[in-house]
Amino acid sequence: MSSYLIRGVRVLGREWTDLLLRDGVVAETGPGLDPSGAQVIEADGLVALPGLVDLHTHLREPGREDAETVETGSRAAALGGYTAVCAMANTSPVADTAGVVEQVWRLGREAGLVDVQPIGAVTVGLAGERLAELGAMAASAAAVRIFSDDGFCVADPRLMRRALEYVKAFDGIIAQHAEEPRLTEGAQMHEGEVSTRLGLTGWPAVAEEAIIARDVLLAEHVGSRVHVCHLSTAGSVDIVRQAKARGVRVTAEVTPHHLLLTDELAASYDPVFKVNPPLRTAADVTALRAALAEGVIDIVATDHAPHAVEDKECEWAYARPGMVGLETALSVVLSTGALHRDGEPDWDLIAERMSRAPARIAGLAAHGHDPAPGAPANLTLVDPAARRVVDPGELASRSRNTPYAGTELPGRIVATFLHGRPTVLDGKAVK
Amino acid sequence: MIKHLLSGADLDAETATLILDTAAEMATLAGREVKKLPTLRGRTVVNLFYEDSTRTRISFEAAAKRLSADVINFSAKGSSVSKGESLKDTALTLQAMGADAVVIRHPASGAPHRLANWIDGSVVNAGDGTHEHPTQALLDAYTMRSRLGRLAGLHVAVVGDVLHSRVARSNVLLLSTLGAKVTLVGPPTLIPVDIATALAPGVQVSYDLDAVLPTADVVMMLRVQRERMADSYFPSAREYARRYGLDAPRMRRLAEHAIVMHPGPMNRGMEIAAEVADSPRSTIVEQVANGVSVRMAVLYLLLGGRGAGAAQ
Repeated sequence: MSSYLIRGVRVLGREWTDLLLRDGVVAETGPGLDPSGAQVIEADGLVALPGLVDLHTHLREPGREDAETVETGSRAAALGGYTAVCAMANTSPVADTAGVVEQVWRLGREAGLVDVQPIGAVTVGLAGERLAELGAMAASAAAVRIFSDDGFCVADPRLMRRALEYVKAFDGIIAQHAEEPRLTEGAQMHEGEVSTRLGLTGWPAVAEEAIIARDVLLAEHVGSRVHVCHLSTAGSVDIVRQAKARGVRVTAEVTPHHLLLTDELAASYDPVFKVNPPLRTAADVTALRAALAEGVIDIVATDHAPHAVEDKECEWAYARPGMVGLETALSVVLSTGALHRDGEPDWDLIAERMSRAPARIAGLAAHGHDPAPGAPANLTLVDPAARRVVDPGELASRSRNTPYAGTELPGRIVATFLHGRPTVLDGKAVK
Repeated sequence: MIKHLLSGADLDAETATLILDTAAEMATLAGREVKKLPTLRGRTVVNLFYEDSTRTRISFEAAAKRLSADVINFSAKGSSVSKGESLKDTALTLQAMGADAVVIRHPASGAPHRLANWIDGSVVNAGDGTHEHPTQALLDAYTMRSRLGRLAGLHVAVVGDVLHSRVARSNVLLLSTLGAKVTLVGPPTLIPVDIATALAPGVQVSYDLDAVLPTADVVMMLRVQRERMADSYFPSAREYARRYGLDAPRMRRLAEHAIVMHPGPMNRGMEIAAEVADSPRSTIVEQVANGVSVRMAVLYLLLGGRGAGAAQ
């Protein structure tokens, strides 16, 4: 196996050092390492982070290979600095059996660009009626630990209670898409001043908060872990903060787009800004940024949701919700300043929220380790000084539905290493 | 002049007044033996209707024809639209046909905004979902001005299902621009959130129709669909009519000069009693006639500024 010497890199933004990657691990660190026999990568000015881990990715395969495949999504992930992604279960067929999760897992291995960890559906067909074979998925080659009906809420409180309890047997976790469906029938965007002006049916914040409040109580009652997908409102932050203070085992994620964009963007009626949960108000954005810095929100997760052109180039109400996000996530987080300290990126905190914590929640032992001797060589190199203008045509994702077209964003992923091998070099995917 | 008419917010006071003044000139045509002007000869106006609305379509059709435009009626029924053609593909087709203006009625809010991105011609919003219906607001303003002589300082009560009403949104925007004071009246379930700040400053909300009527110069009753009951917006048609319907005893609370409007089609006995709809205060038939004049003015002004001489 070839080895790589990353020269002059600042690990987590600290003093510069060299990193020698060999046999899938970080073999040596320190300034002025012997480069003989290794391919040298000049990393002057770059920051090394543990490879990013995305707890919430839609890879669309099987079923909507026109929008994304495991391979194209994996490439997008690698270009975004990710070394592991958790693939959501709302495929066609739904990932609600050992067969489907093993298929996705195997496709991920074959693509070899990131570690693809399948998420299993909580209920058969995401229908919210009866439990899928969670144990079979846990025992499969895919070793599923996260279960989610994402796209739909497990709205039935009795079923949610059972799911929370059942997965304790194999240290599973339920990731809830918190949306009380009766409060969001026909909903198109955040309910508020803008939805009133635009005549679009509102998605009220309380529809999310009511479910989160219920679920933290259920998790507390049965002593289980619960994870909140794409938390989007200031009220949800308060509920999670109180639950954590009581010792409830709840974790929460926020998407890059909910940290940056607001419901005002719907005024264009361009469905590229349609997403579920919807973009919220500026006050929500402020609360989410503070909660992420504080740790009430544990992680950033992309909710990368590729959609074919015809599903977005249409009337707002007929468009599918979702945005691609893997290739822009770190840049968007940097642009918000949410994880800055004294005006500069706090790389240690960024590593925590985008790599270590998501790896811990997902139980991905090979990920979320700072580059140090003996650690798995899953890492990414960032040029913090670079700026780039997002061009949808240049995305590696098969879909183009980025809300950031034409936006200049800070930071650029220069290289990504997966198990000691490069998946990205000079900002380009190696395969 | 603006290029598209998508929202009441597209109109400043000057432009709106110009349209109303032009409509008054157009109205004088209606009394002539020959009702046609040659103004838009050789121009093509497409009526693109994704919802059944005979009255609005006929009104626009009459307006365009009286200006000598070529009119193409493109309805979702019996066209490629029902075979699943996208709005964008339809837009490209209309573009290739050289449509100078497209009048669009669509069940999805914002569809006219999307269409305006895809064609070079002017787009006129003839009602989009629960968003807006700006020519209805213009004809309502025209009707108020004709009956009451002014708009500035009028107190207009808009009553009923404001939440689902495109007529209400456009009226709030336009009337506020023209200096009228608007009070929205209805059960709290049918008043959209943050409405007082969402559309225009100074908009009032009331849940009590009887309290509003004595100071109103205009009462505009909105159509309330009976199926809203099934979704628990109100308990029954009878209770709705009792609390928010305009019947003869309520009409007597109005000032002597006050008028009663309705954009149609009416649910007699629900939001409006027959004796109110048929009373001298009612402007409902005038509104229909004024609709043609106002739509003539809109088409004339949107297209008139870009005549054959400035074709490049």
